[in-house]
Amino acid sequence: MPPKASKASTAKTQPHTQTLNGADILVEALVRCGGKSIFAYPGGASMPLHQALRRQRDNIRTILPRHEQGGGFAAQGVSRSSDNIGLCMATSGPGATNLVTAIADAKMDSVPLIAITGQVPQQVIGTDAFQETPIVEICRAVTKHHYLITAEDPNCPESVQKALRTIPRIVREAFFIARTGRPGPVLIDFPKNIQLAVLEGEIDWDVQPDLPGYNPEPRPVAQEQVRQVVAAIKRSRKPILYVGGGIINSGASEELTKFAKRSGIPVTMTVMGLGAFPGDDPQSLHMLGMHGTVYANYAINDADLLLALGVRFDDRVTGKLEEFAQHGKIVHVDIDASEMHKNKEAHFPVIGDVRDFLEKLNAEFSDDDKPQLDPWWTQINEWRERHPLTYRDAGDAILPQYAIEELWRQTRERDPFIAVGVGQHQMWAAQFFKFSKPKRWLSSSGLGTMGFGLPAAMGVQSEHPDSLVVDIDGDGSILMNIQELATLNCEKLPVKILLLNNQHLGMVVQWEDRFMEGRRAHTYLGPVDHPEWLGEGSGAFYEATYPNFVEIAKGFGLQARHVRSKQEFPAALAEMLASPGPYLLDVICPYQEHVLPMIPGGKTVRDIITE
Amino acid sequence: MRHVLSALVINQPGVLAHISGMLASRAFNIDSLAVGETENPRYSRMTFVITGDDKVLDQVRKQLEKIVTVVTVLDYSGEEYVERDLMLIKVRTPTGKRSEVKELVDIFRGRIVDVSAEHVMIEISGQERKVVAFIEAVRPYGILELVRTGRIALMRESCMSSEPPSGT
Repeated sequence: MPPKASKASTAKTQPHTQTLNGADILVEALVRCGGKSIFAYPGGASMPLHQALRRQRDNIRTILPRHEQGGGFAAQGVSRSSDNIGLCMATSGPGATNLVTAIADAKMDSVPLIAITGQVPQQVIGTDAFQETPIVEICRAVTKHHYLITAEDPNCPESVQKALRTIPRIVREAFFIARTGRPGPVLIDFPKNIQLAVLEGEIDWDVQPDLPGYNPEPRPVAQEQVRQVVAAIKRSRKPILYVGGGIINSGASEELTKFAKRSGIPVTMTVMGLGAFPGDDPQSLHMLGMHGTVYANYAINDADLLLALGVRFDDRVTGKLEEFAQHGKIVHVDIDASEMHKNKEAHFPVIGDVRDFLEKLNAEFSDDDKPQLDPWWTQINEWRERHPLTYRDAGDAILPQYAIEELWRQTRERDPFIAVGVGQHQMWAAQFFKFSKPKRWLSSSGLGTMGFGLPAAMGVQSEHPDSLVVDIDGDGSILMNIQELATLNCEKLPVKILLLNNQHLGMVVQWEDRFMEGRRAHTYLGPVDHPEWLGEGSGAFYEATYPNFVEIAKGFGLQARHVRSKQEFPAALAEMLASPGPYLLDVICPYQEHVLPMIPGGKTVRDIITE
Repeated sequence: MRHVLSALVINQPGVLAHISGMLASRAFNIDSLAVGETENPRYSRMTFVITGDDKVLDQVRKQLEKIVTVVTVLDYSGEEYVERDLMLIKVRTPTGKRSEVKELVDIFRGRIVDVSAEHVMIEISGQERKVVAFIEAVRPYGILELVRTGRIALMRESCMSSEPPSGT
């Protein structure tokens, strides 16, 4: 802890009696909107904000990431694992551009996020000033909304005072926009001259949002539509629930589970929907799509009724659109009207809150409406028995699938949070870790950003200090935000890292193997003079791996160890899970494994690869 | 199929950039886009002309409505509406030809707004086909320069004031 400043400067309980500058107003507004922590990396144009955060440190925790992108993903970790909105902050220029990937990622996965950037003083905007980038311009397409706080005339004191008084409204609107409707990221770009301007007189903190163009409150789902859907369910013989992130965002998991149980309809989840329905329930067909289960994909293909709830028919789910679910009628429920018919024509489009829909469906649905599903389940169970999710026995080598399954076995009683990077390990985690609750699984799903896992886990841990938080990562992904190991150590965030280290960019290797005759093109992560660089190695087990993640983790102050024997793995894992602080377990895995099943991009369920 | 969309948007910096950026990034083809302040300075009205099938139009409209600074979007297709283009055009007027050009301007109900020894500048407004017809009519004399606005349109029935529908 830094030495305490004098009492006078920390007193914030009576903000009216002390001078406030623009930065103080913004931070106070964040606190008043419920902000409890912020991931902020300082720089020239955001220093006044950091001074304000320091003054408010009893009310809002400022966590210093080691790269702005890490801060952005950590903030997502807060949003994705709780009902709070993650906050991140960066300085102008490079600080701001480093946030862009995390912002775009939040947009793709409908994650509420507030990003605040310092900006050069208004008087020099547009002059290519030091560390100036037009971050609002850059981020327009990847934010739900954005603000640039400006005075009409920065040289006129009254105008600047007016600008200061807009800040509470802008912050309140930002929270409102980020969390309502289809959630998403909001950017507030804040020039330094307004940050430093001192407020004269009183300020109204309770300014109402002024957003005539934003009506996020969805119309209630019409009873008539619900009745039509019930009638369609009653008539169906092969219905399936295809559910996604919308269920989690709207807090509809309980209603969904209730409906699934009452109707007996099988449930398949998108990668964003994992946890919406208990993964270990016999009614779960688990994930569908490119790396979904065979039985989920067969079931979707055969279904006569698709209940598509909070999903967007992403190409990784549908493959060839024309043939996706071609035998079934589609009921599509989503809060975003622009998702209706965007990729796939829906027979019953329902624009609304999916929880509202499910509540009404549960109220309307009676036991008489229950369709006769015995033949359907017989068929599904036959597929499930014939094509279970499985993997080979590899002797004493640790297969990533096995490591993930073992992690699930050892932690299932601890209600853990799991964050992942992007690639094979991400898909294996989606396949072999069974989530029983929503908001426990954090995956950069739409944008597919490598380097997401470690900082996201860090954000989750800050929000849930007493929970078990595990980052399942790959040796490619983790390097993209490896600097956050420092944050884990310095901010006392005891994240556990299960590093599945196969020395390759496994997913790209898999595509090379399947579609490019196994020609290695920059997918080996060791030195160029190694035969594996061109794929001409023996493929044998590694004697030494590169880089030495254990030494790296230790250098950052974490506990760490290697493990390369399956026999030793359960104990090594248990040791990590029992350790009080952050820990990295470097698991050396063979790289020859492919994520299966696999439907190649743009293909259909008939093209599914199972071996 | 050609559609005319009219959007009421908040009159603030960046809105036009936001909208045109969204249209470009989603690969929508816009034939014409015109924007100007309304009687209420808080709002501007934008008129879009879009070519595409109903599915494209539906997406354009919904994506526009998602933008926070877009208040309402109306599709004028199938409605009674008036649409206009405005053009300024400089036509060469060699000796003896000026009166011929003037006659054409009168027929098309345009106006000559500037005269020099060698050419005249003409202002002409109307539906697109009239504007195009005028261009063809004066082409033989030699067109030096021309500039056209995007299409603007208003529905005959009053159905969209420049106040937001909720009134808040």
